[in-house]
Amino acid sequence: MSKHIKDDFSIVIAGQAGQGIQSVSHILTHVLKLEGYHVFATKEYMSRVRGGMNSTTIRVSSIKRDAYKSSIDLFVPLDPNGYEHVKKRFTDDTMFLGFKNNGFCSDCIMEVDFINIAQAIGNRLYANTVAAGAILGLMGVDVEQPKEYLRAFFVKKGEEVIKKNQEALEKGYKMGEHFAFSNDVTCSFETDEDVKDDLFISGIDAVGFGALAGGVDFCSSYPMSPSTGLLTFLAQHGKDCGVVVEQATDEIGAINMTIGASYAGARGIVTTAGGGFALMCEALSLAAMTETPITIHIAQRPGPATGLPTKTAQEDLNLVLYAGHGEFVRAIYAPGTPVEAYEITAHALDVADKYQVPTFILIDQYFVDALYTIDKEEFAVLPYQKYLVESEREYKRYAITDDGISPRSVPGYGDGLVCADSDEHDESGRITEDMDGLRMQMMEKRFFKRKKLLEESALEPEVIGKKSAKTLVVCWGSNRNVVTEAVENLEDKEVSVVSFVQVYPLHKNVKKMLTKADKVVVIENNATGQFANLLEKECEIKIDKRILKWNGELFSVEELTEKLQQI
Amino acid sequence: MITAAQTKKDFNVPPEVENQWCPGCGNFPILQTLKKVMQDIDIEAKNITLVSGIGQAAKLPQYFKANYFNGLHGRALPVATGIKASNPKQTVIVTSGDGDVYGEGGNHLIHTIRRNPNITVIVHDNMIYGLTKGQAAPTSQEGLVTPTQPQGVIDEPINPVAFAISLDAPFVARANAGDPKEMQKILKQAIEHKGFSLVDIFQPCVVFNKVNTYQWFKEHTYYMEEDYDVSDKVAAFARAAEEEKFPLGVLYAHNRRTVFEDAVGIYNVDDRPLYMRDMNCSVRSALLASQK
Repeated sequence: MSKHIKDDFSIVIAGQAGQGIQSVSHILTHVLKLEGYHVFATKEYMSRVRGGMNSTTIRVSSIKRDAYKSSIDLFVPLDPNGYEHVKKRFTDDTMFLGFKNNGFCSDCIMEVDFINIAQAIGNRLYANTVAAGAILGLMGVDVEQPKEYLRAFFVKKGEEVIKKNQEALEKGYKMGEHFAFSNDVTCSFETDEDVKDDLFISGIDAVGFGALAGGVDFCSSYPMSPSTGLLTFLAQHGKDCGVVVEQATDEIGAINMTIGASYAGARGIVTTAGGGFALMCEALSLAAMTETPITIHIAQRPGPATGLPTKTAQEDLNLVLYAGHGEFVRAIYAPGTPVEAYEITAHALDVADKYQVPTFILIDQYFVDALYTIDKEEFAVLPYQKYLVESEREYKRYAITDDGISPRSVPGYGDGLVCADSDEHDESGRITEDMDGLRMQMMEKRFFKRKKLLEESALEPEVIGKKSAKTLVVCWGSNRNVVTEAVENLEDKEVSVVSFVQVYPLHKNVKKMLTKADKVVVIENNATGQFANLLEKECEIKIDKRILKWNGELFSVEELTEKLQQI
Repeated sequence: MITAAQTKKDFNVPPEVENQWCPGCGNFPILQTLKKVMQDIDIEAKNITLVSGIGQAAKLPQYFKANYFNGLHGRALPVATGIKASNPKQTVIVTSGDGDVYGEGGNHLIHTIRRNPNITVIVHDNMIYGLTKGQAAPTSQEGLVTPTQPQGVIDEPINPVAFAISLDAPFVARANAGDPKEMQKILKQAIEHKGFSLVDIFQPCVVFNKVNTYQWFKEHTYYMEEDYDVSDKVAAFARAAEEEKFPLGVLYAHNRRTVFEDAVGIYNVDDRPLYMRDMNCSVRSALLASQK
């Protein structure tokens, strides 16, 4: 058989939890990036520590291709049962490298027993490095650079581990090289020198860097998949940057602690998933009533209840839109790329502080775990402003002002006192039941004036393609790149993408733009079209077509291309 | 003798602030005593933050001239922790009821003691729910008849001081609002003790609890002897378990635990509170540059 490793090549590694998919993909992705390939990786996994069946997809290309493709060009099973797990993604051209599987076309498989080879070297733990070596050998990537990478990677583990891993890599490499030769596998790939110095980071780390760039200095949260990565990131790096990080013992404690910190002058963020946020709803209302800035980062997964803890969804928009008792304002952001996540996270922190309102960052499991190559320059230093004032002796925390923003001070900063109350209150923060007077004045300030301010500061959605196209394909959050690539595949100038990084409140131009189009298609990962419904309500329009998916899996480029072709 | 500094700091709120407590309420002596303690310790109002949840006791900060955060029912402790961790220079005092701290907020009490911020938690323990009109509290005694427990309370009351000692809280005490003089000494020690301090104060509710009255508390309590060893955990447990007559005074006090805000690791090199700091862009950029 003659095979060709083409530009834009998808490698899928599958195995049980604990078998080392992450190590193989870690070595592979970093080595390929250092060789000058653009690399994009995404993983799907089960909610367990051992067993089950997980997979990682690594998309290698000469230009940036940061979107999930389902078709597999090279399949690498670390376990014979891997075939069953991803078989719907095989094509006629898929190559197979690794364990055999009884009942599956045995002639097509370039068989390598990674574990046997590893054991011969001394420990089955080296099987992952053998697998990485075999893939690199098949692709004909130079063997020396990966060996150096292993040295750096295992440097803390000592010379013995380094040497054994290098040996494992070479053994695997030779197997891969042999298969490339015997099966006439050719590889033609352009590399890009600039990629070598790029960052290779996950979506959640992009949020983390954004939080640091946005001046976060307090985070208290409770672990919950898929949101925990931000807490981990800040715990790892926070101390050096002056950030107080504390794992709370429940979500209610987490958000109340962060509200306390913010009241005292910290810039606070909490991270959680839908279920954890459900527990925070009362405190969300508290933040709004006390006008305490807070940013809530929610990584979505399918519900209801525990749902599918490690899968992806966009099901919590309605929850976030309407959460909290009483009536108050909020801003909701949904970044779709690492650069957006970086900028939007900082922006959300700034808006919360500036307008003294709760802000949200809505992402999802797919985005959290996806790995991207990013030019460091794109993570620039962002504008940062503090909005605190030094208090005078007669300071009133909830002073009525023309623009609806009461100058915010904190305890100890100046000679005044800062009194915050969850009851309806007067300007100085004391409880009141004056319904026609103070209640109305506070609602005017807290709700109506701020609603206007948030609407005026809303971010415009990005249009990819012609603004006046007849068909507008709308998406929000992490679907951005998949939708964009699918629309590119249509090669139709009358179809453009409208990607929303802010889903609420909507920018003032949105209504006009959507009204002008002949057809509006909305794509999202839920069963009801939550954003489509919001657009219908806010813009008084009818959405022509909804493309929805709610099985816990993300859309692939191929799937969306096909669905859009039918429209 | 009262110094000029102290008279200036009377902690009284303007007279137009209407007090919502019932005449004769046990909250009044707690409020007055706390003002005296803070005068005695000599801290400026701007450096004190009172934190409370919801209930009649939780209204205390309204009547005390200082910073305050009057939050949600049961959630005062995490708010207080967040304040202290962001500004260790503030003296942070939680003042709330038994329903708030032991009932709705029980989970936070467990973990705040474990976390050990240097805050003082004053619990107005009247063994009843006042603001919602007379239902059982977590500290209500078995058999107490209320509108929602017409057959009498069947749940075992929580023993807050034994509970706090079991978690090795650095300072655990009990006071009686009917004896302001002794209460003042206990509260002063609590606020001055470094680490988490719990003071459970027996506080009669004159409207809804006709059993646990000023007189009842007088008859069912005693002060511990002068030579009692406050650092002895086992002895403290034994005292905390006494129910015929409840011991008053400092049950347990030690300095064996690290304080939360000292452990978060950002104040050892720079003791400024978070609000005073500018974002350190260079460290953040260096972190970015170190990524591969």
